[in-house]
Amino acid sequence: MTLQNFMNEAISPWMQEEGPDSDIVLSSRIRLARNFANVPYPILADADKLEEIRDFFKTNYENQSFQNYEDFAFIAIKDLSSIEKRVLVEKHLISPHLVKNAETSAVLISENEQVSVMINEEDHIRIQLYFPGFQLAEGLEKVFEFDDWLEEKINYAFDESRGYLTSCPTNVGTGMRASVMMHLPALAMTKQINRMIPAINQLGLVVRGIYGEGSEAQGNIFQISNQITLGKSEHDIVDDLESVVRQLITHERNARSRIQEQSGTKLEDRIYRSYGVLENARIIESKEAAQCLSNVRLGIDLGLIKKVSRNILNELMILTQPGFLQHYQKQSLTANQRDILRATLIRERLQLEN
Amino acid sequence: MECQECQKRPATLHFTQVINGNKKEVHVCEVCAREKGYKTYPEEGYSLHDLLSGLINFESQAMGNPQGGPFQQVKELQCPKCEMTFSEFKRVGKFGCAVCYDTFSERLDPIFRRVHSGNTKHHGKIPKRQGGNLHKRRQLENYKMELKTLIESEEFEKAAEIRDKIKALENEQDIGKEGDRP
Repeated sequence: MTLQNFMNEAISPWMQEEGPDSDIVLSSRIRLARNFANVPYPILADADKLEEIRDFFKTNYENQSFQNYEDFAFIAIKDLSSIEKRVLVEKHLISPHLVKNAETSAVLISENEQVSVMINEEDHIRIQLYFPGFQLAEGLEKVFEFDDWLEEKINYAFDESRGYLTSCPTNVGTGMRASVMMHLPALAMTKQINRMIPAINQLGLVVRGIYGEGSEAQGNIFQISNQITLGKSEHDIVDDLESVVRQLITHERNARSRIQEQSGTKLEDRIYRSYGVLENARIIESKEAAQCLSNVRLGIDLGLIKKVSRNILNELMILTQPGFLQHYQKQSLTANQRDILRATLIRERLQLEN
Repeated sequence: MECQECQKRPATLHFTQVINGNKKEVHVCEVCAREKGYKTYPEEGYSLHDLLSGLINFESQAMGNPQGGPFQQVKELQCPKCEMTFSEFKRVGKFGCAVCYDTFSERLDPIFRRVHSGNTKHHGKIPKRQGGNLHKRRQLENYKMELKTLIESEEFEKAAEIRDKIKALENEQDIGKEGDRP
């Protein structure tokens, strides 16, 4: 597997499959934080110690396979161009923090991009496993098996009473962060989401928008994840998160049908206008693109727009991020150039569907 | 929902802050979050991480350490492995190595309680290979609990089965007493 494969497609191979409840849950992710027992954490360790860890992963896991996660690519972050780094961040295969540690950090990515193992991020090891749709329980089972496989060769920093010892006290215990990415346009339209977020927070879960330059949940895409990692088992954490997500799914579906009943024409108008904008715009900012994509995706889910595949939202949200646009053009671009290229790519992509 | 700080932009970070048992909901936009120090890496992760050093600092105030008082004389805790001191840990909000957990052990419970809703002890996965005896001990604890309930409900046949399982497990090999710390 080479870097080029990861760079060429905005959408990861695993996203092509449709998971359960994928009209609302775009993806599920489980992340485990692990460390070597005898090496200081990346914030304090000497560079040569961290390079040893990086080399250990290259020697032991490059081109290896585990179950259907095949042919791991080993990529040292320092070997990447700045646009390549940005693209991998936009695909959520690596984190901005890993890029900050570029001198000693690396990543292993399976061919289907479902597994990525970040090396020398905040912790020595960050395992991430993605599943399409709503599949947290499946994700947990798989990530445990993967974790056991790594542990065959690695002595983890583990303590009977504190669990997996991590660099940050917010990760200690299970070292697990489980999250789902949800598309909640109807709850956002009716502003119900504003009342739900505080209630969800009370349950020890965090809700945040994941796209956008900071000030909003662009594309009505929200990430919900657990906050607590100590004192509850991984299964209990996942069960709690699942039950909240299930309720959100129900509320979103109800809100969608209520809007359709009460203001069907208005909703249709909004959806088709957005479709029109995406098909015709020559200059489009990321914010407007995200809102239109969200509306079009809703139109697909409601059966109004039939000729476009559901993946369009995930794919174009990633493809129209600044890093990807510049990768596509093989040069850095000004904001205005990006807005023009974004509009062009979206138009071309929609024409492919016709 | 609008940001409670600037009252202009929509709030995108939502979390509950628990200080001294008082829960407070925080709803802010990214810009204010960064300004107020709730968040430092704009693109990444959980604002909670960044709140943390604030929480840890709070811990020393809560313990009522008087400025310039006798506490100042006490030799500072320092990790023998990575040389991280407790005050450095409070400042950065990150441990330097696994040994720090032992070094600062007595000071950690209040911090963990605050961050993890009152929890201080791990109840999750045990490493498959390293866990060795620990798996057995957990299994043994589970069997003993089961045995107790079976006896209470007078299901003696099933209880006898469990008792045999316990014996078999105990005979397999010595069960470590002090854990299997790596």
